[in-house]
Amino acid sequence: MANLAMIFFGMILVNNYVLVQFLGICPFLGVSKKLDSAVGMSCAVIFVMALATAVTWPIYTYLLVPGGLAYLQTIVYILIIAVLVQLVEIILKKFLPPLYKALGVYLPLITTNCAVLGVTISVIDEGYNFAEAMVCAVGAGFGFMLAMVLFSGVRKRLEDAKPPKSFEGLPITLVSASITSLSFMGFGGIIENIFGA
Amino acid sequence: MSEQAKQSKLGILTNGLLKENPSLRLVLGTCPTLALTTMAVNGVGMGLAATFVLVCSNMAISALRKVIPDKVRLPAYITVIAAFVTVLQMVVQAFLPALDAALGLYLPLIVVNCIILGRAEMFASKHGIVDSALDGVGMGLGFTLTLCVMGSIRELLGAGTIFGFALFDWLFGVLNLPITYEPMTVLITPPGGFFVFGCLMALVIWIEYKTNNRIKRSIGCEGCPSAGACAGCPSAEKAEADGKGGEVNG
Repeated sequence: MANLAMIFFGMILVNNYVLVQFLGICPFLGVSKKLDSAVGMSCAVIFVMALATAVTWPIYTYLLVPGGLAYLQTIVYILIIAVLVQLVEIILKKFLPPLYKALGVYLPLITTNCAVLGVTISVIDEGYNFAEAMVCAVGAGFGFMLAMVLFSGVRKRLEDAKPPKSFEGLPITLVSASITSLSFMGFGGIIENIFGA
Repeated sequence: MSEQAKQSKLGILTNGLLKENPSLRLVLGTCPTLALTTMAVNGVGMGLAATFVLVCSNMAISALRKVIPDKVRLPAYITVIAAFVTVLQMVVQAFLPALDAALGLYLPLIVVNCIILGRAEMFASKHGIVDSALDGVGMGLGFTLTLCVMGSIRELLGAGTIFGFALFDWLFGVLNLPITYEPMTVLITPPGGFFVFGCLMALVIWIEYKTNNRIKRSIGCEGCPSAGACAGCPSAEKAEADGKGGEVNG
């Protein structure tokens, strides 16, 4: 249990996917302008990450590895994720229109999101079992959400600021992302000290 | 006629280097740009790996552009790209284990690098094989150049070395100064990546102002190959138009 908690909080605070590992930077900078779209996007990411890991982990462990096809990991994973996202979109549209309205618009954006492919590959690289893999995926999703929500607040303030002309727009956004990321450096080691003992 | 054709070929080749530099002007492939520039050599390795995939996938997609039905073109492109990434992964793992260790997770993630899918959609699906290959080389080298410059800055200031060579200490030694360089370690940590990239982009924008060559930049949606299929983008764009937004307005 402590192990799972360690992975979960580690993914959120210490190995935050966006701010420490640089995965999913495009949506982080592109969709973080408003709080509600940041939350909507993050929910969709959490959902797809969990689902993709739940599907790819058994396929890798029980199909690709016994068949000696582990080298096909990348190509199989990206196809699974693409199909999965399409499928989820169709199902949500048909059966859960309110949820589709909230999350659906972000789904196509997620197919080529490196955070989703990243988490499915990294749980294999880390040698996690299924429970650990799922916790890691959900933790990565929540870490993404935390970064998005925090940063949408920072950007709200940024809109009223007047940086030098060359820094306007993207550069100042990147510099503020740097400072936000700096605050996450402070979490290094905290997880081991809380759950490790 | 032939000279004109030649020139346009040269134009395609050099387009990606500066005019449409993928990282700094088109703002594509931000993730590897930030993650793999802690050392100059990693940046060059990543850039060349992406160039290989880009050239191969551009050529394959250009050759298949009349065969692939329009409706399923994105999945088809992704499959082609993933196949080349798998080839690259196997070659790198077999012959360059050090590069494999340095790139780690980012090697398979070349599949979702938006530069590659973006060039497939924007260029290779509309042009011939030779032009597409040249575009791939130019874009790839432009990407490599940016990664190399950024990696050099971060490595030089953050660790005091460049391509593993302790430049500052060597310089102090030559000048006979009894000091050693105290590295700004923060620059090789993740916040340093964001910071250096932001400053580098500001520098490019400053040069654009000086040369009257201003372009509009936006992250994510405009260059995003799935923009057409994605309902999230127009709404995000609208939100941008309402507020002042993070876009640079020309």
